[in-house]
Amino acid sequence: MNYDFTNTEELLKLCEKHKLSISQVAVRREMELFKRSRPQVRDKMKLARNTMWETIQKGIKSAEKSKFGLTGGDAKKVYDGLKNMNKLLHSKVAVRAMAYAIATNEENARMGRIVACPTAGGAGVVPAVLFSTFQHMKSSKRRMLNALFTASAVGVAILEHGGTISAARGGCQAEIGVATAMAAAGVTEMRGGTPEQCVNAATLALKNCLGLACDPISGLVEVPCVKRNAIFVNVAIGASDLSLLGVKSFVPMDEVVEAMMNIADNMWEGIRETALGGLAITKTGLKVREKMGLKPIPKKYQPKSCGDCKKCK
Amino acid sequence: MKHSLFDLTGPIMIGPSSSHTAGAVKIGQVARALFRGTPTHAKFYLYGSFGTVYQGHATDKALLAGVMKLWTSDPEIKNAFEIAKKKGIEYEFIPHKPSTPEHHPNTVRIILSSQKRKLSIVGASIGGGTIKITQINNINIDLEIVAGRFFTLLIGHDNKSNVLNPLYGKLIDWGCPIAGKQTYSLKKNSLTVLNIEDFSLKLPQVLELEKLPGIQFVRSLTKLIKE
Repeated sequence: MNYDFTNTEELLKLCEKHKLSISQVAVRREMELFKRSRPQVRDKMKLARNTMWETIQKGIKSAEKSKFGLTGGDAKKVYDGLKNMNKLLHSKVAVRAMAYAIATNEENARMGRIVACPTAGGAGVVPAVLFSTFQHMKSSKRRMLNALFTASAVGVAILEHGGTISAARGGCQAEIGVATAMAAAGVTEMRGGTPEQCVNAATLALKNCLGLACDPISGLVEVPCVKRNAIFVNVAIGASDLSLLGVKSFVPMDEVVEAMMNIADNMWEGIRETALGGLAITKTGLKVREKMGLKPIPKKYQPKSCGDCKKCK
Repeated sequence: MKHSLFDLTGPIMIGPSSSHTAGAVKIGQVARALFRGTPTHAKFYLYGSFGTVYQGHATDKALLAGVMKLWTSDPEIKNAFEIAKKKGIEYEFIPHKPSTPEHHPNTVRIILSSQKRKLSIVGASIGGGTIKITQINNINIDLEIVAGRFFTLLIGHDNKSNVLNPLYGKLIDWGCPIAGKQTYSLKKNSLTVLNIEDFSLKLPQVLELEKLPGIQFVRSLTKLIKE
């Protein structure tokens, strides 16, 4: 096995040794480990890329609400806002990326076809950042594909180093956090960054997502998932910018993954995709739960009363 | 097992949740494949998290869609109830008490029946589209199947050594790579699950495999493409 890696340190060593980019190492690893030809691997990724684009196109045009009406129609609003850029503070790339992220996740909530990247709940970040930058740079389709390979390679390194992408195990940091890290690495390679800069961008991104709770209202993948995808697009773009400007993460990537798992082990079960804590047990959250006809939450998880001041009554 | 790039970017699936939707479709497919025929009644007992959030995650539609042989990436999953009505399949969903210790949080018991036969199967969706079949007709087994990434073949055969060798020979002749296999044996009969990659068998090929000596049945857990 010449191209196998189990963490980002090994990945960077391989890149240096063979003078290859992260995406090239990733393709070779896939060919070697799973006995595929290069066209097979590339075609499979092309299918994912095309499906992502279809999802985004559908999402930004649709104003349909999801089944329980918690989300829907926001992607169109943000995308239409692009026509009037001088009203906004943000760059066009970031605003367009936010529209794309919401589009993907609204499609997900409406039961449309999506590509889980790394999971369904965090599926918006990677395609949004990559496609928006792709359009801005007028980049080639080939580069777009390589960026997807780089993003996936960083994800593989996180998983192989003992990380997780399951929110039931590690909270939202495992879904959005990993998605943001993947997006940061991919977009950095698309912009011509070195392998070190790509991994560094991923580190900066993941480091600043640590500790995120997974507390969706009524267990639906809608609130806060849809808008969280949009907000964390900015983290990925910011991390890529910082990395290309020479800002280095003080803690290396592999140790950040260990930190993520340490936090996951100590995380309270109510904020690990059970809908028994955080936003899910706010007044608004409980109202939705009632409307859907779900059982009330067990006493153990009910919010504690806040004290004796009684000002709110 | 080593992680593939496509564990991260993929599977291509219908939302909103990989474990509650994509995994549920696969459990339904397995039930239908083992039933061998078209059921007229389908009962679903939902345990744990399946039982509490199944409406929001469309687990009900996904399970039913699986029983009707739809793919994990088929947009028709949305209309599963209407399709079931057209096909004359009666269905019932029974959310059960919160999970008992022996059940994974995402567990379902599917009971399919028609005039001729009845089948009960227990499956759990353990995350990212991977499922586990833990019971068939009240017999405990332990088989893992991945949704989306692999095509799956279920093979029932006699419990003798080397009975599967001619079958492997045929698959290799057709250029079909085998990514993994698991066998579960009980007295005279065995059940083998094969994961095959990037290769979907066509109906005549499946029928050809079924004719081999010692093989009781072969089921492909994907839409069989008719020529």
